[in-house]
Amino acid sequence: MPTLVSHPEEVKIVSSRFGQGAAEIDRYIELGGYQSVRQAIEKGPEWIIAEMKASNLRGRGGAGFPTGMKWSFVPKQSEKPKYILVNGDESEPGTCKDHLIFLHDPHSVIEGCIIAGLAVGAKMGFIYLRGEYRYLLTIMEKAIADAYAIGFLGKGIFGSSFAFDIISQTGAGAYEVGEESALMESLEGKRGIPRIRPPFPAVVGLYGGPTVINNAETIASVPHVLRIGGEAYAKIGSERNGGTRLFCISGHAERNGVYELPMGYNLKKMIYEVAGGIRGGRKLKAVVPGGSSTPVLLPEEIDIGMDFDQVGKAGSMLGSGGVVVLDETVCMVEFALRTIKFYQHESCGWCIPCREGTDWLKKTLTRFHAGAGEARDIDNIRYLAENMMGRTFCPLGDAAAMPTIAFVKKFRQEFEDHLGGRPCPYAKHSINELVVA
Amino acid sequence: MTLTNIAVTPKTDATIFSPALAARFDKLVTLYPLRRSALIPMLLYAQDEIGHLSDAAIAEIAQRIQITVLDVRNVLTYYSMLRTRPVGKFNVQVCTNISCMLRGGQELFEHCEKRLGIGHKQTTPDGLFSLEEVECIGACSWAPAVQVNYDFHDNLTPESMDALLEQYRNNAGQAGQ
Ligand code: FES
Repeated sequence: MPTLVSHPEEVKIVSSRFGQGAAEIDRYIELGGYQSVRQAIEKGPEWIIAEMKASNLRGRGGAGFPTGMKWSFVPKQSEKPKYILVNGDESEPGTCKDHLIFLHDPHSVIEGCIIAGLAVGAKMGFIYLRGEYRYLLTIMEKAIADAYAIGFLGKGIFGSSFAFDIISQTGAGAYEVGEESALMESLEGKRGIPRIRPPFPAVVGLYGGPTVINNAETIASVPHVLRIGGEAYAKIGSERNGGTRLFCISGHAERNGVYELPMGYNLKKMIYEVAGGIRGGRKLKAVVPGGSSTPVLLPEEIDIGMDFDQVGKAGSMLGSGGVVVLDETVCMVEFALRTIKFYQHESCGWCIPCREGTDWLKKTLTRFHAGAGEARDIDNIRYLAENMMGRTFCPLGDAAAMPTIAFVKKFRQEFEDHLGGRPCPYAKHSINELVVA
Repeated sequence: MTLTNIAVTPKTDATIFSPALAARFDKLVTLYPLRRSALIPMLLYAQDEIGHLSDAAIAEIAQRIQITVLDVRNVLTYYSMLRTRPVGKFNVQVCTNISCMLRGGQELFEHCEKRLGIGHKQTTPDGLFSLEEVECIGACSWAPAVQVNYDFHDNLTPESMDALLEQYRNNAGQAGQ
């Protein structure tokens, strides 16, 4: 089982019940669970949405869209049924936070889902976990069954006239399905090919009905927002970035783990104090601040607050909360290659710039890292990546291009060090061992 | 002509699945607003029971969902976890993506290759182990991580990996006796 970490700087809200046995419904209730949904039923949809808006809670999947606003886009009247879709298809490399939520606090997702349903007038919710999380689906299914048994799901929740059903399932291995429109396709039993927008899911979503799609961490935060109060929740974070966030620290930090810190928490402090600095006292080379698709930051660029706006200003993105720490031993060309290898593998092939772009980038970087690169390759890699930007239906093309551009821009010297048939200055391999594609 | 209309719902006694799974499937197709939504869960559960998606399994699922076999195949080829060929009893999936790579995931994969004597997507002659290099499995903060079938194992070293493989080997031996 994944180890839980703790640090005095943490503000535990979403993670407050981790390690407390809250996957059991009785324990969850004992720890204050299902109080927020009770309150939500009493006070009604308008109150919920007002609190959500006041909270400045922004989508934890990576896009950072304000949750309250997203909910308010759902039309009040709709001929087709409305749906809530919880995106637990956590697949962005570097990210493992929803893993812990499903493991330790599945009822918070259920409760958040019911509240979202109340807010927009949906009667059915779906909790979609990535295929690899089968053991977590078992936990989730038990939690849902327990909630039905006690009368928190189904007809007449808490003696009200409100009815809500939840189905949970997993995917079957596809990064692409984490994108919301591809996720809906997958849930409808199809290949996870992204849909063209508009129309947006809030208007035409799952089964053609208005649909709210939120990340699992966002949904798990909802009961806490109502419990704490929107305004008070907003104050925990930074400007326009309410509350806390689960940061998954991985790579070369001394104490890797998932830490819950206020939005806007300083990245340098996060790495050096909360995560104990770089392993073995080595030097920091780079940080990928929000999952593999976010542009890399140099050591001198990490004195920033971790919220959507500040990381954006620093030229990267807060993304999914996956903070990947790289020490001085890493070969950035190899790291860039491994990153692009992933996107090449996951590209669904629907849009040509993404399908061909990721493939060529992988080929070029493989050759380059193997010592068979030419000087003009460096600009070609960047040029290729730049021409993928904004030319695909879904963000996968951008997700592959953005980090690549940053690697070339910020570590050009390391690319040049690979020229002239020289062995990689950092990697353990000799040139001959590497396969040239 | 719509192909979806010519499919026939199978009689329950015609199923190739266990009675428990067949009953589960009967329920699953009624659960969603759209019958077809049950497709991916059904493919997964069928694969869990049979080990892979055989022609017979695909045909029965197509009938149950009331779509064509071609349509089912079109969907299943999209998802990396779904397979039409058998794998070993224990499918060892080693993550070599960035967070794991930084903690020795690549070396761990190569170690498994040597230890098991097989490469990516190959199976040992005794049918016990398959090996696969996989993308991020959502255990990055506990890297390097490995999944054996659905079970997660994290913070592995070549030594603890050996012990783990040994454990699986022994379990299989005991179960066989
Ligand atoms: S990178 Fe290996 S589990 Fe995420």
